[in-house]
Order: sequence, then C-alpha cells, then structure tokens
Amino acid sequence: MQDQILLAHGSGGVLSHELVRDVFARHFSNPFLDDLGDAALVGELPPGRLALTTDSYVVQPLFFPGGDIGKLAVCGTVNDLAMAGARPLYLTAGFILEEGLPLETLEHVVASMAETAREAGVLIVAGDTKVVEHGAADGLFINTAGVGVVPPGVDLSPAYLRSGDALLINGPVGDHGLAVMLQREGLAFQSTLQSDVAPLHGLIAALLDAVPGQVRCMRDATRGGLATVLNEWVLPPSIPPEGGEDGVPEGYVAGYTPIPPKGGEVSPGGQKAPPISPPLGGTKGGKIGIQIAETAIPVREAVRAACEFLGLDPLYAANEGKVVIAVAAEAAEAALSTLRAHPLGREAALIGRVTAEHTGRVVLRTPYGARRILPMLTGAQLPRIC
Amino acid sequence: MKYIDEFRDPALARKVIARIHATAERRATVRPIRLMEFCGGHTHAISRFGLRELLAPAVELRSGPGCPVCVTAAADLDRAIALADVSGVILATFGDMVRVPGSRHQTLQAAAARGADVRIVYSPLDALDIARQHPQQEVVFLGVGFETTAPGIAAALLQAEADDVPNFSLLSLHKLTPPAMRAILDAGEVALDGIIGPGHVSAVTGSEAWEFLPHEYAMPCAVSGFEPLDILSAIDALVQAVVAGEPAVINTYARGVRPEGNPVAQQLLAQVFAVGPADWRGFGAIPDSGLALRETFVHRDAVLRFPIDVTPAPEPPGCRCGDVLRGVIAPPECGLFRRVCSPRNPIGPCMVSAEGACAAYFQYEV
Repeated sequence: MQDQILLAHGSGGVLSHELVRDVFARHFSNPFLDDLGDAALVGELPPGRLALTTDSYVVQPLFFPGGDIGKLAVCGTVNDLAMAGARPLYLTAGFILEEGLPLETLEHVVASMAETAREAGVLIVAGDTKVVEHGAADGLFINTAGVGVVPPGVDLSPAYLRSGDALLINGPVGDHGLAVMLQREGLAFQSTLQSDVAPLHGLIAALLDAVPGQVRCMRDATRGGLATVLNEWVLPPSIPPEGGEDGVPEGYVAGYTPIPPKGGEVSPGGQKAPPISPPLGGTKGGKIGIQIAETAIPVREAVRAACEFLGLDPLYAANEGKVVIAVAAEAAEAALSTLRAHPLGREAALIGRVTAEHTGRVVLRTPYGARRILPMLTGAQLPRIC
Repeated sequence: MKYIDEFRDPALARKVIARIHATAERRATVRPIRLMEFCGGHTHAISRFGLRELLAPAVELRSGPGCPVCVTAAADLDRAIALADVSGVILATFGDMVRVPGSRHQTLQAAAARGADVRIVYSPLDALDIARQHPQQEVVFLGVGFETTAPGIAAALLQAEADDVPNFSLLSLHKLTPPAMRAILDAGEVALDGIIGPGHVSAVTGSEAWEFLPHEYAMPCAVSGFEPLDILSAIDALVQAVVAGEPAVINTYARGVRPEGNPVAQQLLAQVFAVGPADWRGFGAIPDSGLALRETFVHRDAVLRFPIDVTPAPEPPGCRCGDVLRGVIAPPECGLFRRVCSPRNPIGPCMVSAEGACAAYFQYEV
C-alpha cells in the first residue's frame, strides 16, 4: 500500500477498494457494515421515537491532548443524540481526505473512532470517502450522522423550561476549547490541560432513570460554550438557533432585537424610536430568564489562567463532554447526586435557576454580589475547535 | 491564579466598597460623586464586574474618551479605507478597526469583501513580516492607539529601517491622552469630581503626566489597574480626596506605573514621532494631541506616499458617540442605543470596539 493518500484513493478503483478493506472495514467491522452494500440494513429498532442527527468535524490540529478528530466525530454525534434523550445506536462516517495525507494519520484517526464507538456501544454501519486535491482541504474532515431511539416516556425540550427550574452542569467548563487552542501553532504554552471529549449518553441514561419525568431539557455546551447554551434557552424559539454567520441568530444579541436601518440610512428621528419590548421566552408557559452564579460554575485553574492570558472567557469556550441540564427544582438534589456518582459527572454543580425575571436574558451574579448580563457572543471566539 | 486572584478577592472588595460608601456619606452635598474613567478598558471592567451597581448611589462613573478606535475621526477612517482600495496595497490593522464605520457606513471589512487586501495582525512586527514576504506590494500599517501602543509601532518602524524593508509604511493616527482630558475639562460640559487615570497609558507616560489635573484644575486623579480591586482602590482614593478637598495624583497601580513612566518607550516615541494637532471623533481638532512621523521618516509616511483627498465626513444621523466620548452622556441616553445600534448593527464606533463604552453597557449592564 501507498504511505499517503492519492487522488486515486477516491477514484473507486483498486486503491479505493484497498483503502476501504484495509482501513475502514478492518477497524469498524460489524455485521451491518461488513456486507459493504450500498445501504446498511440494520433491521428493527427498539420502541420509541426515532432520533437523527448529523455533524461535521474540522478541528485543527487533528490530534490534541485528550483526543483527536476521530474520537470527537463519534462523541459529538453520540452526544447530540443523547441530548434529545435518545439511546444512540448507529453512526455513519463520511471522510473528506486531502491528497498527501499520511496513511498512518488516517489509520490513527479511524482506529480512534472505532475504539470510541466500541466504548460508546454504537456501530458505524455505513461510510463514504472522497479525496480532494492538495490544498482543497486541511488534512482530513469527517462527517458523522447518527441514529438513535428516544424511549417511550422521555420528552425533552426547552419549551418545558419554567421559573424555578434548577440548572446543572456535569463538570468544569472550557477544557476542550483551551486544550485545542493551546496546541495550536504559535501558542507555546506548557499545560497539562486535556480535552474533555467523551460520550455522555451513559451519564444521561443514568440521570433520566434516576429522576424520571423531571428533566426539562439538556444541551451539550460545544461551540460557544455554556453562555451560548443558556442564551439559546432564553431566546425566542421561532428563531433558528444557527441563523447568524457565527451561530448567533441574526439580529439577536443579549436578548434584544435591533431594528436594522432602512435603505442604509438611520433616520434623524431615530432617537424617538419606540423602545423594543423584550422578546418572548423560550417556553410554552410564557417568558423566562436565567440567573447563574459565577462562583458556582466549575472552571479549572489551568483554564482560568490560559483564558486570562489569551483574553478569552471560559464561559464561552468549547466543551465536548459537558452537558447543561435543566431539571425541576424538587429533583435538583437527586439529579446532582446521580451525576456525581458517574465518572463523567464527579465535579457536577448546580449553577443557577430559571427565573420569571429579566426575561430573554441570562444574568450572572458576580462574586461581588453585582449582576451583569451574560451576553450572546457576537464574534467567533475560537475558530475550528470541533 | 497568583497575582490576579489577590486583585479579585470578593471579601476585600466588599470592605473597600463599604468604605467608599462610608466616606462619601461624610460629604456635605447629597449629589453623587461623579468620577470619569478615562480608559475604555476601565469601562469594560466596571461593567463586567458589575461595579456600577455596587457603588450607586454614592458614586457615579462616567466613561471618557479612552478608546483609540472610537476617537479615530471618520475622515481618517475614510482615508484608511481608500488606502486599502489602492491596487498593490496590503493594509495591516489591529482587528478592532475592521468593523468601525467611517462615513456613509463604509468599513474596512466591507472593503475587504469587495477585494481590498486587509489583514488583521496582533503586532506591528507581523505587518513588517508581511512586507518582507510580499516585496512587490506596499504594506501600510494602520497606526491607531494611545501612548500605550505607539512605542511598539515606533519599534517596528525602526526595525524596518534597520532591516531595510522599503515597502512598509505607517498611517499614523496615534493620539495622546492628556490633551483630550484637558479638552473635556476646558469645555465644562460635564461636572466631574475626579479622574480615574489610565493604567497602561500611565505605564508609558508615568503618573506625573497627570499632575496638571490637581495643579491647574483642582481635580484629583487616581491612576488605576484593571482588576476589580485596582479600580475600587482608585475610587476609594478619589472619594477620600474629594471629601477631604485635597486634590492630588494618586498612583494606585504602583505595580505597573512609575512616576516617571517608561523612559525607553518615551525615547522611542520621541525618536520616531513629532507631536502635532490631531482630529478626534467627538472633539474635532485638539492641538498637540497627535503623533505624526518625524521628517527623517517621511519615506514611511503613508499619507505622503499615497496622496488621497478625503473630505470631512459627517457623523451618522442620531449617533451620539461624540457625546459619549466627551462624557456628556452615558450610552443609554443615546436614542439609538439598543434600539437601532447594537454590536451586530453598530452605528457608531463606541458600539464596535472592545473598549467602546456603548459596547460595555450593551453587553453587561442589566
């Protein structure tokens, strides 16, 4: 075999065949994949609602402390399914390879995906490979799609949030974003920081069993971090959460709707413009706000220090193994102890509450007792962290 | 984090806040003590740590002109945008500048989108590297900043001379802070009781640069760092000076600022720049407030190398950035604030810059 990826590896000929046989099929082997048919026939699904998701992974560098793009591509999609309350079952994997990629690199990534999938108990049942010219991609991109089933009786949505609900997180924030950032070229930081990338569905299943019917909704705090998840929960549900160029709904910042100037001009009478009423909260029952306490949010010392140096805020830094959970107030203690009993939730914390006040806004109580808005991010903080 | 946590200690902060309130109560008048924080970095720290709420009603904090991006005149920005449009020119700039609107809603970002070569750098030395890598092109560095930033840019210019990099020039829009402080006090548009002096600027100029405030204006000035306890200590010192009626310059940022400043940086400035008039957004021309290149460096002056006619530009209708920069109003008093103007749709520069007062209020203040 060649020691690097050639355009011919994507041509459908002998090299393509060898690549599938010797790399993908060898590592991912399972009865549904091994047929190598045009579609995987997985048979009957367990009872419940079908959950589908897809995500693409472009992290740079491909290997970072605590993980790599392969582990990320499995965990990210498994976690997206888990957030809906689904039990993840099957994944597909699409690869876009840059001509010249060392075959050894690809093997490492594929082996890591296979190992992570085994640990997570999901099967990779279908795949695709394309090769693009040198310079047309950055080494290796992966897309994974996932299929899971939401068991009967599980129904999670931000629409169920109500005043008084407790907000939990399963551990310290910012590890992934900073671990990747510090690994980047030009940032000669010495650090023991590791990405938190991990499949969360085991933790979630334990939680849903422990407090049945009490969990309102969950989100994995990936791009944009904890602050972004909380803001998305208080923003109006009618706005698609990824409408803006940087993942921010167009026109929405910190819960306010700016009126764009018409025809490129701002009328001199703009000063008399009527005040904008706060947007509707994300709930069926009415408007909500969120209040969190800065001192309650777990952040590792290394993350705090690195953020301080780089001018970043850990509350906006990406995570790949952290989930924000909204749970009914009366179930908060039980939920917290369930999380803490699991290896991926040992440092879980209660960080705040859903409120009926300051609707449409996330308000942070500072260690000094003052309150401030925790706004939506307006620009990209760290590009290509997942 | 050592050397940071000490300056964020909540228990100590509460003690200082209590003392500020207690001192302020000894004052005969009931009006709040109104202090101006010159520096936009202070405005952001005050908003971010929620200090305004904790100090009310004893102390009122009013933001000043200390945001270099914000005080860049629209016509100067128009010139930078026109320069970026010149064929063969690479315009290198700090990131904050690309989204700032010049006249007619023009931005460097929009110029880049239509094909101009605009590059964001973190250091003027990065711009010098770009010049080395592209000898066939002209690299113009957009020099925006106060006494803090200008020495680094002077050093890059001297490096270009030493290494004989001919295709590197500077559009110098650098400004000096004390003349702007004078302009505010001379205009008398806002009643102030004291000044929170800029920490990073003073690291270069020295705290002595502010001695004119107590001597000529009977105004106390406390030079401050940027952590909560730095700012609270400065406010504590100012409130005591106001109540005692003893104006002075107080250096509460001794770990960063010496009375005489940084002589090496000062020498760099003197070697490369000559003091002259400058146009400030919101102020107009202020004498002796700008840094132009000395005659020995005219070959690196982008204004002379690329002659471009720029007409004075009107401010966007309704935008009160000028009033915000002079401390005449607080951002929420502007009719566009939050209604039309937001970080996503900024009308004026104060909503764009990481040091802009409007951006600080918008993002953080409940």
